[in-house]
Amino acid sequence: MLPLTPAQTVGPFFAILVPATGRATLVTDHTAGQRIVVEGSVRDGAGHPVVDALVEIWQANAAGHCNHPEDSRTLGPDATFDGFGRVHTDADGRFTLETIKPGVVPGPAGQPQAPHLVVGLFARGLLTRLVTRIYFEDEPSNALDPILACVAPDRRSTLVAARRAEGRYRFEIVLQGPHETVFFDV
Amino acid sequence: MSRSAFQILPYRRPPAGDAPVNDATAYRSTALRHPTQPLVVIPQTLSEITGPVYGYGRLGPMDHDLTRQHDGAPLGERIIIDGRVLDEDERPVPDTLVEIWQANASGRYAHAHDTHDAPLDPNFSGAGRTLTDAHGHFRFMTIKPGAYPWHNHDNAWRPPHVHFSVFGRSFLTRLMTQMYFPGDPLLRFDPIFAAIPTERARERLIASFDLGVTDPGRALGYRFDIVLRGRDATPMDL
Repeated sequence: MLPLTPAQTVGPFFAILVPATGRATLVTDHTAGQRIVVEGSVRDGAGHPVVDALVEIWQANAAGHCNHPEDSRTLGPDATFDGFGRVHTDADGRFTLETIKPGVVPGPAGQPQAPHLVVGLFARGLLTRLVTRIYFEDEPSNALDPILACVAPDRRSTLVAARRAEGRYRFEIVLQGPHETVFFDV
Repeated sequence: MSRSAFQILPYRRPPAGDAPVNDATAYRSTALRHPTQPLVVIPQTLSEITGPVYGYGRLGPMDHDLTRQHDGAPLGERIIIDGRVLDEDERPVPDTLVEIWQANASGRYAHAHDTHDAPLDPNFSGAGRTLTDAHGHFRFMTIKPGAYPWHNHDNAWRPPHVHFSVFGRSFLTRLMTQMYFPGDPLLRFDPIFAAIPTERARERLIASFDLGVTDPGRALGYRFDIVLRGRDATPMDL
């Protein structure tokens, strides 16, 4: 077996590869599903904004299908929604993503997963990618989600975006400290 | 209420011991940014074993040649970086996006926040991208980046390096790393490189000089292969 190539930090200058707004908008006029805006922020252990983080998300479409050949329910590439986004944090440590609320994706043993975005986070000072998820406050199915069930009950709220208005959510990523976001080993 | 069941083939969990630690005290920026709670182990689902593989990152004709993205040629030593993207089972990863970014020959990034007192090069932006071919092969033409000082500690210098971004076939294969150059005297002083705990793993980030990769009379050549997570042998029912 070949040994894995180790990760290194992206450092502070990845903006020369990924423009500031990167892929902040995942939807087109033809995308099916409920439009949502996720307003996020990233803060460090001192509560300071992390102004040089790169946030990547991956998600299913409104029907809960992933735009990928190994989701046998899809019928090839979906030109209207590919499910990938990436965006920087700004000078206040904030980012905004415009997308759709994903549908239900099957989880272990066929249990349905509540709607969620898969998140990968890179930054100066992070030598590896951090992986987390964004769930939605107004989804009753969160209570039955098999991945949230892996998390201690008092920390689950760090994975749930707060509903601010119809279709508008707020999600704080805290890298360190008493309200530290749950990060996954997957 | 059963939806049509299908199987997924999970990705192998990385072995312990070779991955860099996020709590690397010698690299000061980690102090307030590394999580202090243990990572929560979760099963892989369809959400993780899929990822952006369909045409993300449409490519321009000069995207893989960083020496030909402007009217003039950049200053510095032209190099070719040639390699393959493979998985742990030595299977090539075809049609996957490989991206690079780097400083110019003077050690300066074309980024507003880079304050190093070294000249910018109007003919060098420092970013490139390409897709691997059917055999997982990729090739960039660029210039060798310079070393540069940074504020981590007294008299700190980053060794010349090229940042790599690789997607692979799923969210789980995503990799950001840095390629270094053989024989570099700065490597042993670099806390980012040293955050990888074992010498055998650090060596995987050092490209090898390869005369066979050079373009005679034009560019030196380095080989850099990248190994992403491979698949488990046993499928999982969904």
